[in-house]
Amino acid sequence: MPKRDDIRKVLIIGSGPIVIGQACEFDYSGTQACRALRAEGIEVVLINSNPATIMTDPMIADRVYLRPLSAENVREVALLEKPDAVLPTMGGQTALNLAVELENEGFWREQGIEIIGADITAIRITEDRQAFRDLMMRIGIDIPRSRLARSLLEAKEIAEEIGFPLVIRPSFTLGGTGAGIVWTREEFERRVLRGLEMSPVHEVLIEESIYGWKEFELELLRDRHDNVIIVCSIENVDPMGIHTGDSVTVAPAQTLSDRLYQQMRDMAIRMMRSIGNFAGGCNVQFAVDPKTERMVAIEINPRVSRSSALASKATGYPIAKVAARLAIGYTLDELPNDVTGTTSACFEPALDYVVVKIPRWNFDKFPGADEELGMQMKAVGEVMAIGRTFLEALQKAWQSLEVGRDGLGMDGRDVLDPQLVRKRLRRPYWDRLLQIRNAFALGASVEEVYDITRIDPWFLHQIRYLVELEREARRYTPRTLPRDFLLELKQAGFSDAQIAHLLQGEVREEEVRKLRQSWGIRPVFKLVDTCAAEFPAETPYYYSAYEREDAWGNPPENESVRSDRPKVVILGSGPNRIGQGIEFDYSCVHGVLAARQEGYEAIMINCNPETVSTDFDVADKLYFEPLYWERVRDILEHEQPIGVIVQLGGQTALKLAQKLHEHGFPILGTAFESLDLAEDRGKFSDLLRELGIPYPPYGVAHSVGEAINVARRIGYPVLVRPSYVLGGQGMRIAVNDEELAAYVQRIYEMLPDNVLLIDRFLENGIEVDVDALFDGEEIYIGGIMQHIEPAGVHSGDSTAVLPPFSLSEEIQATIRDYTERIARRLQVVGAINVQFVVQNEVVYVIEANPRASRTVPFVAKATGVPLADIATRLMLGRKLREFRHLLQPRLEGYAIKEPVFSFEKFPEVERELGPEMKSTGEAIVFVRDLRDEHFQRPYKIRSLYLSR
Amino acid sequence: MPHKRVPAKLALADGTVVSGWAIGRLGEAAGELCFNTSMTGYQEIFTDPSYYGQLMMMSYPHIGNYGVTEEHSEAPRPMVQGVIVRAFSYVYSNPHADTSLDEWLDRHGIVGITGVDTRMLVRLLRHKGAMNAVISSVDLDNESLVEKARRWPSMQGLELASRVSTPDPYELPSDGPFRVAVYDYGVKRSILEQLRSRGCTLRVFPARTPVEAVLAWNPDGVFFSNGPGDPNAMPYAIQTVRFFLEQTDLPLFGICLGHQLMALASGCTVYKMHTGHRGANHPVKNLQTGRVEITTQNHGFAVAADSIDPTVARISHLNLNDHTVEGLEFVGRNAFCVQYHPEACPGPHDSRYLFDEFRARLEVYVTQKVAC
Repeated sequence: MPKRDDIRKVLIIGSGPIVIGQACEFDYSGTQACRALRAEGIEVVLINSNPATIMTDPMIADRVYLRPLSAENVREVALLEKPDAVLPTMGGQTALNLAVELENEGFWREQGIEIIGADITAIRITEDRQAFRDLMMRIGIDIPRSRLARSLLEAKEIAEEIGFPLVIRPSFTLGGTGAGIVWTREEFERRVLRGLEMSPVHEVLIEESIYGWKEFELELLRDRHDNVIIVCSIENVDPMGIHTGDSVTVAPAQTLSDRLYQQMRDMAIRMMRSIGNFAGGCNVQFAVDPKTERMVAIEINPRVSRSSALASKATGYPIAKVAARLAIGYTLDELPNDVTGTTSACFEPALDYVVVKIPRWNFDKFPGADEELGMQMKAVGEVMAIGRTFLEALQKAWQSLEVGRDGLGMDGRDVLDPQLVRKRLRRPYWDRLLQIRNAFALGASVEEVYDITRIDPWFLHQIRYLVELEREARRYTPRTLPRDFLLELKQAGFSDAQIAHLLQGEVREEEVRKLRQSWGIRPVFKLVDTCAAEFPAETPYYYSAYEREDAWGNPPENESVRSDRPKVVILGSGPNRIGQGIEFDYSCVHGVLAARQEGYEAIMINCNPETVSTDFDVADKLYFEPLYWERVRDILEHEQPIGVIVQLGGQTALKLAQKLHEHGFPILGTAFESLDLAEDRGKFSDLLRELGIPYPPYGVAHSVGEAINVARRIGYPVLVRPSYVLGGQGMRIAVNDEELAAYVQRIYEMLPDNVLLIDRFLENGIEVDVDALFDGEEIYIGGIMQHIEPAGVHSGDSTAVLPPFSLSEEIQATIRDYTERIARRLQVVGAINVQFVVQNEVVYVIEANPRASRTVPFVAKATGVPLADIATRLMLGRKLREFRHLLQPRLEGYAIKEPVFSFEKFPEVERELGPEMKSTGEAIVFVRDLRDEHFQRPYKIRSLYLSR
Repeated sequence: MPHKRVPAKLALADGTVVSGWAIGRLGEAAGELCFNTSMTGYQEIFTDPSYYGQLMMMSYPHIGNYGVTEEHSEAPRPMVQGVIVRAFSYVYSNPHADTSLDEWLDRHGIVGITGVDTRMLVRLLRHKGAMNAVISSVDLDNESLVEKARRWPSMQGLELASRVSTPDPYELPSDGPFRVAVYDYGVKRSILEQLRSRGCTLRVFPARTPVEAVLAWNPDGVFFSNGPGDPNAMPYAIQTVRFFLEQTDLPLFGICLGHQLMALASGCTVYKMHTGHRGANHPVKNLQTGRVEITTQNHGFAVAADSIDPTVARISHLNLNDHTVEGLEFVGRNAFCVQYHPEACPGPHDSRYLFDEFRARLEVYVTQKVAC
């Protein structure tokens, strides 16, 4: 059944700003969908308020409406554009809710706009727990016992009937907000009342607890001929009770026999077929009682999701792209498998590797937050790692997290305190796998750990095996270490740093590397090909693995063949976290595309499965690998690029610059010395003094006493912060000695041995952010953004207005001049971001970052100038004067960047703003003048949430 | 995780030799090296009589995770000659399992090797085609092993079905009204179960049973089973199938080897494939309904599409990946057959409707018989 020819124009609804539970996976799926539809000659209209997305780029859709995602705006765009159809399944819950809202009003029908890829009835069923439950019972699918309550009284009756523990789920909330397991009556009443309040329809589901059961997910695709395939099975290492977004997960499922797996597959297909006959993607979750093998359905989501993004990256199968094509009428058997190029898209991918996903949390940003994991998602991002074995993938995932670990422990930073381990293990926390590892190191048995955690013994045996390898490794020195054992350690994912730590004597990481290389122990790169090598594949999507040489002594096979073309490696930004999110992936994608257009082979390294940069057809070559020095270096040694781009991937990429420099890998654009100089507060202040640019008085301190001395010298209030951190982590404003001492102590608890920076805080100052490009000779000021909130609120949490709304021409000229002087002095080649505070008509420079900043996509969207793209071309040797035609900002009125928070996920945390960033996302709004509500509202309350 | 540290080697006829560790029984085994891309169902694969005499390499790295549960077996014992794995799981997690895979292989005398780069070997087979190999933990000499692999007889022209067929006929009762004769060339237990659960009382006959003996049982239909080896080397079976196709109006159904025999009996050519299909993810299109089913496949031979006489048979099912013949419907006959495995085990259950179809044909046949 070929493509329908009655669909010529499609409206796609995006997911809006990033919040916990709905992140950049929807940029990835939306981008794929837009590209797939345009490739079919369909006109694509997009509405999304998130400027930091690739999907809102002019190259992705025919027309982009950067508007807040309200029903009103969607209606307006639809009336203006008159699309034939709307595709609401690519923008998460936000897009679906909007589509449902307008459907309820009868809008789509009235306008003759068809909803494709989704079935509103299906959505209603899957989101209305009672309807879902009724349907499952009708089609003979087992589910946990449950009933709906609309009052506390009703809830209590149900609790009597089912018995504790119970699960409370408010209806129609995003990402499971408000859901949780309760063990006691007191807890129960509190949770029910809160749930009733949170639910937009004021009802909660009271459910039999299946806490501790094994949890699985299947990703399905269906076409309008009712052909169904399972793209991927995912097993949650953490059993039922922890939101899947907060669970460590593995693909494919590891502990299901074929009988159980096929039973699950049959159930999933029956479920999907029972909820209408839309063509598209679907996610089904199951729980399995390990004792009885009873299998129950948990939920079904008839849209692409975080899990489908993960499944796409895990298998190589582009779910969103295929789903979009199915929505316009194709059937699965008509579509090719884009990875092999020769076989059919109507198949089920076979993996010959293991994929591990670990969520990334940011509890440090929410002091007082309940860190226990539960039914409600708390993670802000995730990493994915691929290995030939579970252990290899698991350790790579820990190397990807950027939490300062070199693998799953065994790196000299383990705290082996039996009491602490027992305490931490009793409830699920973010470091659960580390604590399990610690428990085994302390001699616990698999049975003991299973009794506490309910994690399937297969995974526990694996982790215990790591500890056995660790014990064995401790017996050796570098001289006595057997070669085959070293290979075995590498095959289990151990980093050179971990091995150096385990071996006897003072062994350095570099020594281990030299030793293994002298023995020919190097990683090989294998292909992600959807078919376990059964067919040749063209897509250059690689992961590293350690394999044995053959029995003749020939080195293991390496599938990644180095080409003759000049290569550029772009370092990605790793897992999303507060302070470093989708904005940097946006820049990386532009870097890749620009480098390709400049004639280079663009090679991407990243480990974030939610992103566009890790899509299989963005870069010329993708290495799905940790941004961990050893792994990056292995790739660089293999590929031998002409240079590495570190300016686009945020602090993650920049942090690797020093190592690159030390080991002689060329950095493209701004030289390492300049990157370093800008990070070094002392040297940078000297530079400012030399340039005659004012900066707030400051000092550095290594102790509480020193800090107080500095503060007294420069005068209170002061801004105190640790060095080398992200998003203003630990930054505070202190007004007296007592406060300062308390803050400093807290910083040292988090980050011992840190050098503290203490600045005079410029009270009631106006904060200004500038993004600019410099090519060594000439400057282009991309945009001057004035913050509505006073200095003291982190720039990422501020409402920024472009252009400035109350700065005189003179001040703006000074800002431009300072930016240029700093860029010239640092010999920037590429992007630079400078932050200013204007106080009493004096312009102070707070800091300069010679790299693409968080606001680059905002400025690019606001002005229409492709900043990241041009920055990359400058790094590759081009000059600004060659891009005159592109450097034409188009902006009428003002563009406002509104921060978006996820405080509702942490009800126990006080909503306050300060020098430490807390927002998870942002929206862009264009206003004609300053009378607009979007300016007036934040302006009136600009100091309301400012704290210290 | 207990680790047996007995070195083992795998040598291929093309001279490739890789080292690993022995699993299962210590010793030596030779056979055709083939791979399977299923991510679940290792036990069903190892006990599938179609794999008799082959060395089975699993492309999914972790094998053994959920142990062995006797009732999941497709035959009373493993049928593969040897097992090749990347990361063998000595421990398993499954409260319902009877034993570990390691112990089970050892108990049945099956040798295996773990720790080898299976992906590299799959790629090698993809390029060079199926070839013979030898696994050994007793001889670790590269040259000697390669020589053994080279000397091992090719699968082409090899008759293996009679070695795995039942020595004596036996009957499997059911509550239903149909009597189906099964020619056992190495039939999987789950095929018999699928037939029985649809009301077929079965009598399973040895591969070389003369047609008279089968007719004497007075069947309502005949089933030609899956099995190992080259169908071209089975003239006795081709003759039998031809008899049923040409001389009777009994409903006939064939799977895998049975399908190839039915094709040969009606004049088609069956050739040895480059690498064969072995996995649980192959898309097959039913040309009658246009629907696609995800199928379990296990065959190294295939029916040549251009050898099919359209007046004798037409293609009913097609492989969407390489467009090979997956099913035949015989013109003017009450007979059909498929190359893949509708019984699954392991694999998706999408194609079990074929057993329903066979049952429907039996029903029509029985009704007509009564009417006569």
